[in-house]
Amino acid sequence: MDFTIQNQKDTRSGFGEGLLEAGRRNPKVVAFCADLTPSVKMGDFAKEFPERFFQTGIAEANMIDMAAGMALSGFVPFTGTFAAFSTGRVYDQIRQCVAYSNKNVKIAASHAGVTLGEDGATHQILEDIALMKVLPNMTVIVPCDFNQTKNATLAAAEYEGPVYLRFGRPKVPNFTPVDEKFVIGKAQLLQEGTDVTIFACGHLVWKAVQALPILKEMGINAELINIHTIKPLDVEAVLKSVSKTRCVVTAEEHQRNGGLGDSIAQVLALHQPCPMEMVAVNDVFGQSGTPDELLQFFHLDTPDIVEAVKKVVARKQ
Amino acid sequence: MNINELEKVATQVRRDIIRMVHGCQSGHPGGSLGATDIVTALFFDQMNIDPASFRMDGNGEDMFFLSNGHISPMLYSIMARRGYFPVSELATFRRLGTRLQGHPTPMEGLPGIRIASGSLGQGLSVACGAAQAKKLNGDKHLVFVLMGDGEQEEGQIWEAAMYAPAKGVDNLVAIIDYNKKQIDGSTDDVLNLGDLRAKYEAFGWNVIEVSGNNMQAVVNTLKFARDNAFQGKPQLILAHTVMGKGVDFMENNHKWHGSAPNDEQAASALSQLQETLGDY
Repeated sequence: MDFTIQNQKDTRSGFGEGLLEAGRRNPKVVAFCADLTPSVKMGDFAKEFPERFFQTGIAEANMIDMAAGMALSGFVPFTGTFAAFSTGRVYDQIRQCVAYSNKNVKIAASHAGVTLGEDGATHQILEDIALMKVLPNMTVIVPCDFNQTKNATLAAAEYEGPVYLRFGRPKVPNFTPVDEKFVIGKAQLLQEGTDVTIFACGHLVWKAVQALPILKEMGINAELINIHTIKPLDVEAVLKSVSKTRCVVTAEEHQRNGGLGDSIAQVLALHQPCPMEMVAVNDVFGQSGTPDELLQFFHLDTPDIVEAVKKVVARKQ
Repeated sequence: MNINELEKVATQVRRDIIRMVHGCQSGHPGGSLGATDIVTALFFDQMNIDPASFRMDGNGEDMFFLSNGHISPMLYSIMARRGYFPVSELATFRRLGTRLQGHPTPMEGLPGIRIASGSLGQGLSVACGAAQAKKLNGDKHLVFVLMGDGEQEEGQIWEAAMYAPAKGVDNLVAIIDYNKKQIDGSTDDVLNLGDLRAKYEAFGWNVIEVSGNNMQAVVNTLKFARDNAFQGKPQLILAHTVMGKGVDFMENNHKWHGSAPNDEQAASALSQLQETLGDY
């Protein structure tokens, strides 16, 4: 993979562009928003397809169930709000009318994780992956940059079934290929290596990319895999990599409980036990600050990934 | 179907409800018996539907959603009697492996069910979405939803109640099974609903009240609602019903919200409900 930074863009704008493109490709794509249209970047879709855009007001429960009702007739509804209000606030609605009823609703969740920043813990959800991945029928996608979020949005629109699509607020390096086809459930090998596998998702993929040259200088040849689809997990890719490297670090902007690391640990415990370290938030709530400050504060930054790798490689020996 | 025939169907449905709930010794007979007349009138007279070839999308036909999913025995009996699935399947209600789950779901493949319900307060939103979809499709059919009265205590109801008039969802007919009873007692005691008519009117709905266990009145009201559709406002039918209607010892008694009759009680109930279409 070429790690050249094409530009700095927010993943939520990738969603906005993807939604607009999906709307152009398929007249059945519709969108719902609960009074956060500019924040979630649904404005362009709303402008081009006003008849297919539904402003529900600050009423997320009604929004989710309306989307489920509309999906019945063959429409492909995307709901848009912050991740906190896309999951915890509407868990029962998603559980009964989207997941259990298996409706073709795409829950687009912005401002996930601590990088939402100054608004603080009420808005910085760190439990959403856990909440969504335990639901049968639910697909959980966490793309890493602008291009991938756009492509993931297009893939979600084509996929038949409930999808949780998680992205974020800050501008981050955009490095994946512009038109790379997003394959749901297929892990993305970013760097081959032999000494350790780093599994990362979302914003922490770039943090892991930055760790690679540092590790190389230390003589550690790390493999980096972007697990953009937490569920269904690409078990084959995980086991293939681990059978070679025999130790693992996971990195995510989420609680350790119930996140990517949890999913990987389950696969390892069942099939191929090996040393593992987790870079994640460990059972505390977020707080106010800038995104960069918060990533450092919660030990979700490149140096934390490097430390975790050193630790896990030492455990292997 | 004429009123006499509809009443015969409703009586058989009430027998089915008692036998289903008695058969598995669980379920919700009270609300089921009270709402029977309304839903019978919908499925056998007022809705344009095609049970023989059920389609999930509901395009080109009227759609019905049961928001208070616990009164599933009523819905299952009416759907079976209307031809969605074999009447004999009613015997499987709430038993392991059944398509007739305790609360309705599309996951087991039962024709006629489009979405799960049971967790209260969600059906009005689902119906709003389905009605909006019909508008987008240029489909001139109606969407009906039945809710409980206790269910009006859920906050989400009022989100949808605000949405539908604000956005002109005028192909939507919501019905409240207003029996004034819920699990813990009368709605007045548990959490007073206040003036539901005034509340919905204040939100912008056309509200119609009806005696919900009078078949002629129910049919007339549903016709009236059909005639008043597509005129800018959603419609709410406040159907005054009696919990446990048709079984003397169950009537107006909230204790029968969710308990099954024993053998003696079932026999007594069935003696009050004449077999009209043949038991399953």
